[in-house]
Amino acid sequence: MEVYFDNSSTTKPFSEVIDEVAFGMREFYGNPSSLHNLGLKSEKKLKECRVILSKAINASENEIYFNSGGSEGNNSVLKGILKSGTHLITTPFEHSSILNTIKKLEDNKVKVTLLNINEDGRIDLEHLKNSITRETVLVSIMHVNNEIGVIQDLKAIGEIIKQNSSRTKLHVDAVQSYGKIPIDVKNMNIDFLTVSAHKFHGPKGVGFIYIRKPNTLIPLIEGGHQEFGIRAGTQNIPGIMGMSLASKMVNDKIDKNYKKVLEIKKIFIEKLKTIENIRINSSANEDFSPYILNVSFKGVRGEVLLHFLEESGIYVSTGSACSSKEREKIGGSYVLKAIGLSQDEIAGGIRFSFSDDNKEEEVEYLIDNLNKGLKFLRRKK
Amino acid sequence: MKQLILVKYAPEIFLKGLNRGKFERKLRDNIAKKLEGIKAEFIHDSGRYFIKTDETDESIKRISKVFGILEVCLVEEVEIDFNKIQEAALDKVTAAKGSTFKIITNRANKNFELNSMEVSRKVGGYVLNNYEGEINVDVKTPEIVINIEIRNNYAYVWSNNDITKGSAGLPYGMNGSTMLMLSGGIDSPVAGYLMAKRGVEVNCVYYHSHPYTSERAKEKVKDLAKILAEYTEKINLYIVPFTEIQMDIIDKCREDELTIIMRRFMMRIACKLADVYGIDSVCTGESIGQVASQTMDGLIVSDDCSDRPAFRPLIAMDKTDIMDIARKIGTYETSILPYEDCCTIFVPKHPKTNPKLDKIRKEEEKLKIDELVEKSIENIEVVTF
Repeated sequence: MEVYFDNSSTTKPFSEVIDEVAFGMREFYGNPSSLHNLGLKSEKKLKECRVILSKAINASENEIYFNSGGSEGNNSVLKGILKSGTHLITTPFEHSSILNTIKKLEDNKVKVTLLNINEDGRIDLEHLKNSITRETVLVSIMHVNNEIGVIQDLKAIGEIIKQNSSRTKLHVDAVQSYGKIPIDVKNMNIDFLTVSAHKFHGPKGVGFIYIRKPNTLIPLIEGGHQEFGIRAGTQNIPGIMGMSLASKMVNDKIDKNYKKVLEIKKIFIEKLKTIENIRINSSANEDFSPYILNVSFKGVRGEVLLHFLEESGIYVSTGSACSSKEREKIGGSYVLKAIGLSQDEIAGGIRFSFSDDNKEEEVEYLIDNLNKGLKFLRRKK
Repeated sequence: MKQLILVKYAPEIFLKGLNRGKFERKLRDNIAKKLEGIKAEFIHDSGRYFIKTDETDESIKRISKVFGILEVCLVEEVEIDFNKIQEAALDKVTAAKGSTFKIITNRANKNFELNSMEVSRKVGGYVLNNYEGEINVDVKTPEIVINIEIRNNYAYVWSNNDITKGSAGLPYGMNGSTMLMLSGGIDSPVAGYLMAKRGVEVNCVYYHSHPYTSERAKEKVKDLAKILAEYTEKINLYIVPFTEIQMDIIDKCREDELTIIMRRFMMRIACKLADVYGIDSVCTGESIGQVASQTMDGLIVSDDCSDRPAFRPLIAMDKTDIMDIARKIGTYETSILPYEDCCTIFVPKHPKTNPKLDKIRKEEEKLKIDELVEKSIENIEVVTF
């Protein structure tokens, strides 16, 4: 039996999406920048896709800029806004494409404030309010954290920014939330949004940024004038078509899927209660995405449990790799570290991430094998 | 004018006396095996061995990895005619870039009208007179060295630019066999290379502990064996399931003796495998003082379990020198990939650095040693490269 519980890492593309991509490669091969009809046909197709994607977040179609995915999007926003001497506010458990970019920017005299987070992973809103200064140009927050699944209150964050500054913009890394948790960029006062297709059953290597008009981003990738001069390079039309179809399919059923996945997560947590010496790092309440469940299994190493489970066809993820060099560098998952877990809890952290096609039998199969694995691996005194 | 590949044997072969023929034949066989897939002809001209082929670059690349060879030279074959020889030498000097040169002549053909020194002098003069530009003779440290060999059938001319260094050593497979304990680290592949270089046939054993060690770690070891196989003939890799033994040791023995007892089991299993497959010795990448288990006491304790010679080619080498060899032979980049071959769960926090043999033997009595060894051997996976 193959049980895929690693959807936060990537998702299996819908078969309709695969067909759409193949269709796109055959029928829309013209370069949208070409002056002739073939180019125009492709350009029109891109426009259709922009409309679909923008509707899902209540943006307008010319606020959508296609790129290669989340990492590029995060780089584009940060590097395109933060000049020397400016101030950025963010969290200590952002994705590495944010945190590593920040390291480079700090070398270039950009100031960074990392917000305090509580043991559930929610940011301290008071701290946010007090951190905003005249130099603050950007607040960058991930909507849903990819390791533990905690959801930040974007509306509250947007409010605080609006009330305390006229120049600070809000960037939201929505890679784990787009198509899963409703997003309304107008309502939430969001200026930039990063999205990646392969997290919602779309193809890999394609994504988009939403940028509120009027746009003041300095382009990351220079060249031709594609994407209104924001991102050069001939667009990946088949990928974009696949992404738009995937977006439509998930957003049309966003509430239905949410409830379905929440059920799975709840059943899982119920059954976990029978296992000793664990810590559940993601609750089943509305502060957490139902798509992610992080559990620490004390007394075992995450990667070892992962390999044990894969023998039975079960695929999960861990921030705690076996490689001792990696461990020394980051001391295990930096996210679990940021919410204050102990060494033992960090070492045994496993992330289960669901999609709308996971079933209850799969959870039972997993629990069975978890029990077997823990019995075997916890033998060591 | 034709191009040939001249293969110069490592000088040690000439010391083999009555066995020299055997060594030469083995070396020729090894070269022929390495050139599989390339159309090549072997030519012998009075004590020199040449290979005639169109694919000179690829052939030279492969041959330079065969042990027992000092140099591989791309030479011009010239008729035995002094004028032609001079011209060839001049061409070579012109093609090489430099401001000083020297001619070295070896005249094996006793019918040739001039002797070696005369040839060198005359050719040197011809080059000085006809070279376009500035050039001088320097017999001590010339930038360009031209070799001229006058054999019975042809003369051969080449410059130092045409020379590729060989891997030296002795022909592979002439000096018995060994079972190398191959881990994914930097040291053991180097140990295997050094044994192979002395002509010892190398077989490898790798201890795998699923689920503590990943498939990637296993793939890394396979990749290392593949790289070693470029220098030898086929290599057999025996993959031994080790998890049960490790778990048993953890259950029943003291934590600080874990690594040492593990190494004793590894030695036992390697020797048992060597016995089953008729292999003369075992080999490890241990170097004294490098890590906690490789102190003198530690080595005495693990050596205790071997029933045949246990070779440790790196025993007196510094880590930096080992790393240099690893880079040279192409295993370094693979060895440093971060897939651990032994989960750090099995590394005691404070390992014993001075274990005493009788205490360890006593501790081991708690385990069913023979049973564990037998079971692991029954379940080996064999891969050949």
